[in-house]
Amino acid sequence: MLHLTTGRLGSLLARRVTAALSSSSVRMASHSHEVSQTDMSQPMYVDRLDIPLPDKPYKDNLSAEEQSLKKKEEGPWSQLTKEEKIALYRMMFCQTFPEMKQPSDEWKTVVGVALIFLGISGLVVWWQKVFVYPKTPRTFDEEWQAKQLKRMLDMRANPVEGFSAKWDYEKGQWK
Amino acid sequence: MFRAVCRLSSAGSRGLVRSRPRYSAPLVSRCFSHEKVETDEEFDARWVTYFNKPDIDVWELKKGMNTLIGYDLVPEPKIVESALRACRRLNDLASAVRILEAVKQKAGPYKEIYPYLIQELKPTLTELGISTPEELGIDRV
Repeated sequence: MLHLTTGRLGSLLARRVTAALSSSSVRMASHSHEVSQTDMSQPMYVDRLDIPLPDKPYKDNLSAEEQSLKKKEEGPWSQLTKEEKIALYRMMFCQTFPEMKQPSDEWKTVVGVALIFLGISGLVVWWQKVFVYPKTPRTFDEEWQAKQLKRMLDMRANPVEGFSAKWDYEKGQWK
Repeated sequence: MFRAVCRLSSAGSRGLVRSRPRYSAPLVSRCFSHEKVETDEEFDARWVTYFNKPDIDVWELKKGMNTLIGYDLVPEPKIVESALRACRRLNDLASAVRILEAVKQKAGPYKEIYPYLIQELKPTLTELGISTPEELGIDRV
């Protein structure tokens, strides 16, 4: 996404666009939302059920304590306590599989926002009806419609199976 | 055993996946490709050999596991065992536990597969000192 923050002058705008496009570093976009942007050319960590072993460990910078635990990991694993094993897991991975599979309430937000926008559209439509559209043609008036219907019946429109076939001419009512 | 559970069985890496005809062929047997189909045993042996590489590196372990998990099958205990031993050679306990989580996930709704897998792997798990996710308490949120 190009951040065209300044440049009301045409030339300035053009220079900015070309600079952003030709630059390989993402930091070219000045005053972007994040202070430090992720370098997408490096291996990234990801929690995915179908990628059990991500490209890099979760924790990069290990404290001294964590480093000594890593050293202990090189020996027999039966000597590690349960807490140490969990600590090693959390150093390598962010979420466990059950944590990844946790359902979230995001769908409620999605449905809610969608309905809000539909509501706004509904308000816009109503406002248009009141303030924008001209008067409907006279052919929509009640009186005109009644006369139109009578005319169709007098003409015997679709007398076999359709319109007039449903009118009872003797009784003067719908069948 | 695990293959019978899934629809398709052949290696996904081939790209061309066919179900093997289990009926006796009529007069004319038609083969739509001349490719040789790998048997289940060959598939298993190939993967066991892959993880048994003595100087396997971190990338190869990751690539192997991620590829294996991508297939529509639950790996046989012997494949998981050789992967766990590869983790031991790489001094990576966390990945070993992750592998157990992943194969449990692969079993999906078939709840009897994972306990069977653990039962078969028990000797290896005790030998290497690998705790199951259940023992560590990370199998629940």
